[in-house]
Amino acid sequence: MTDPAKPIIQIQNVSKRFGKVTAVDNVSLDINAGEFFVLLGPSGCGKTTLLRMIAGFELPTEGRILIDGQDMEGIPPNKRPVNMVFQSYAVFPHMSVADNVAYGLKIAGVKGGEVKDRVAEALELVKLGGFETRMPDQMSGGQRQRVALARSLVMRPKVLLLDEPLSALDAKLRAQMQFELSELQEKVGITFVTVTHDQDEALSMACRIAVINKGEVSQLAAPSDLYEFPANRFVADFVGSVNIFEGKLTLDEPDRAAVDCPGLGKIYLNHGVTGPHGADVWVALRPEKIYLHVPGAGKAVTAAAQDAPEGHNFARGTIRGMSYLGDITLFEIELETGARIRVSRPNLSRRDQEDFTWGDKVSMHWRADSPVVLLG
Amino acid sequence: MAEQDWKANRRAFAAVSLPTLFWIVLFFLVPMAIVWLYSFGENRGLTEIEISGTLSNYKRATEWLYLTIFGKSFAVAALVTLICLILGFPVAMAITFASEKWRPWLLLGIMLPFWTNLLIRTYALMMLLGTQGFANKGLGALWEGTSWIKTLVGLQPLPTWEPVQLLFNNFAVVFGLVYVHLPFMVLPLYAALDRLDRSLIEASLDLGAGHFRTIMRIVIPLAAPGIIAGVMITLIPALGAYLTPDLMGGTDSQMIANVIERQFKKANDWPFGAALSFLLIYAMFALIAIQSMRRKVPEAH
Repeated sequence: MTDPAKPIIQIQNVSKRFGKVTAVDNVSLDINAGEFFVLLGPSGCGKTTLLRMIAGFELPTEGRILIDGQDMEGIPPNKRPVNMVFQSYAVFPHMSVADNVAYGLKIAGVKGGEVKDRVAEALELVKLGGFETRMPDQMSGGQRQRVALARSLVMRPKVLLLDEPLSALDAKLRAQMQFELSELQEKVGITFVTVTHDQDEALSMACRIAVINKGEVSQLAAPSDLYEFPANRFVADFVGSVNIFEGKLTLDEPDRAAVDCPGLGKIYLNHGVTGPHGADVWVALRPEKIYLHVPGAGKAVTAAAQDAPEGHNFARGTIRGMSYLGDITLFEIELETGARIRVSRPNLSRRDQEDFTWGDKVSMHWRADSPVVLLG
Repeated sequence: MAEQDWKANRRAFAAVSLPTLFWIVLFFLVPMAIVWLYSFGENRGLTEIEISGTLSNYKRATEWLYLTIFGKSFAVAALVTLICLILGFPVAMAITFASEKWRPWLLLGIMLPFWTNLLIRTYALMMLLGTQGFANKGLGALWEGTSWIKTLVGLQPLPTWEPVQLLFNNFAVVFGLVYVHLPFMVLPLYAALDRLDRSLIEASLDLGAGHFRTIMRIVIPLAAPGIIAGVMITLIPALGAYLTPDLMGGTDSQMIANVIERQFKKANDWPFGAALSFLLIYAMFALIAIQSMRRKVPEAH
């Protein structure tokens, strides 16, 4: 086993330009051995280009990529200690499942008996035992993806690269494969690097996520840090759902801060921000962190919001939109200032969705540690 | 969808297809039927033919002389097809993997010869290959140059340049037919290669295969339908080639189409010409039948 603290992939100041278009712009990041690393970003952000540069299908215009300490410059894809699972799976349609999985082993010169054992072992790993003689056109998309996984894993690569591995699967299968991929990664202990545009996928599978925007790393963090402590507006908005309000920083001390937002009102935080006083900032507030009340319950509200000074972290509005999603109900509320805010509310009991409806006047509060102040 | 539509609107379908059907029947099937009938006929005088139901024309066609010409035509057509495949595959690969900017121009380059009449192209080739042609002049200049350099360093000069016979022989026929049929091979190959999912090639490279092995194990097997289509579309017209062997061939490079032509013109033996024509058509049918049987096998499972 490789030392887990040691980065297995080092990307150093890598840029990639296609003509005038910069797909990847001076990216540096380390991927640790044995981790499940996700490159997350909208389509066209350069994440796939980055993955293809690790695999060797694209060459960096600038910078270098090291795999297990070795500079990959001039090393073609077939000589790199990484394997890739393609978005289209790229299972060879003219070969049986066993021949697909054995393809790389035979090229590597592995002996016949060992090939058979390793193919069987790899197919067992992806739960395709007994499918050896099947042809790809007799299999479902999900099964073909397992073949592609087995075909790569059987090579025992140092790193497995996955390009949008779940994008072609239906929602149910996708959720199941998220768990299976995580489980598989733990079982084989190989570093997984996955590209996705789906934040749920990234949050559920990753050890660490690099959010890529316009060819640059916007933030690199663990899933919960990314969600709860986004570094900028792009990350806050891209990962999960969020309300963002512009405001001015009026108080900034080590243990508390306050932002005056024309749209939302006075926001109080029970921690410091370290931004220049009076600076233009943005406040991000997740829909699920806002509590919704009927206006009459004034005392209860102030009691719940007592971690903030009077008149802070509190708003009133009217319900303008509502969508019932089963587990939660999503409200769009027009504030007294005219701004709109999204609030989600879990349906803890069966009739909860009947508590509020269109046109209802409501009041809201949130805790002093819920808002995130963003400087960029 | 389309199938549903025409089943629902049989009359509209009939109205649309009738002119084409009429055209095919009148100008293709009827003349073919007449030729087919002639093949069972006998000459009665200069212009009269009696359809007597005789098989003597077919019997004569199986004489050794004609069998060898049939055989030779097959051999030439097969050789031409093979050369076209060997030359065309890399060309088709190059077009497939060329940048978006270049691809249309390369395809245009392949199709450009179709813009000129075959006869003119054949004469152009003859000018290239003749004893006074550009090929010989170029070779001659090289020869003279070498000779001159040898005298410069004090060696004996080469003997005088004798032009090479490049025209009016079997070489010229094969060369000419390859030239004419290469686009027919390249286009179906290109179509097949273009349809190929690039990530299959990348997956092969990713699994450790080199370029050569990737071509042999992945590209060629998956391009097989295109290869078969290209072979058929080259082999069949090459088998019936008339103009190229007529103009560029020597006395011993006659192909079956030239023999057929002679029956209709100089020999004035239409029944025999008709019998030879139909034997050629049957041979082509057989080729197509073999091909379609082959194709069904991999699709069956």
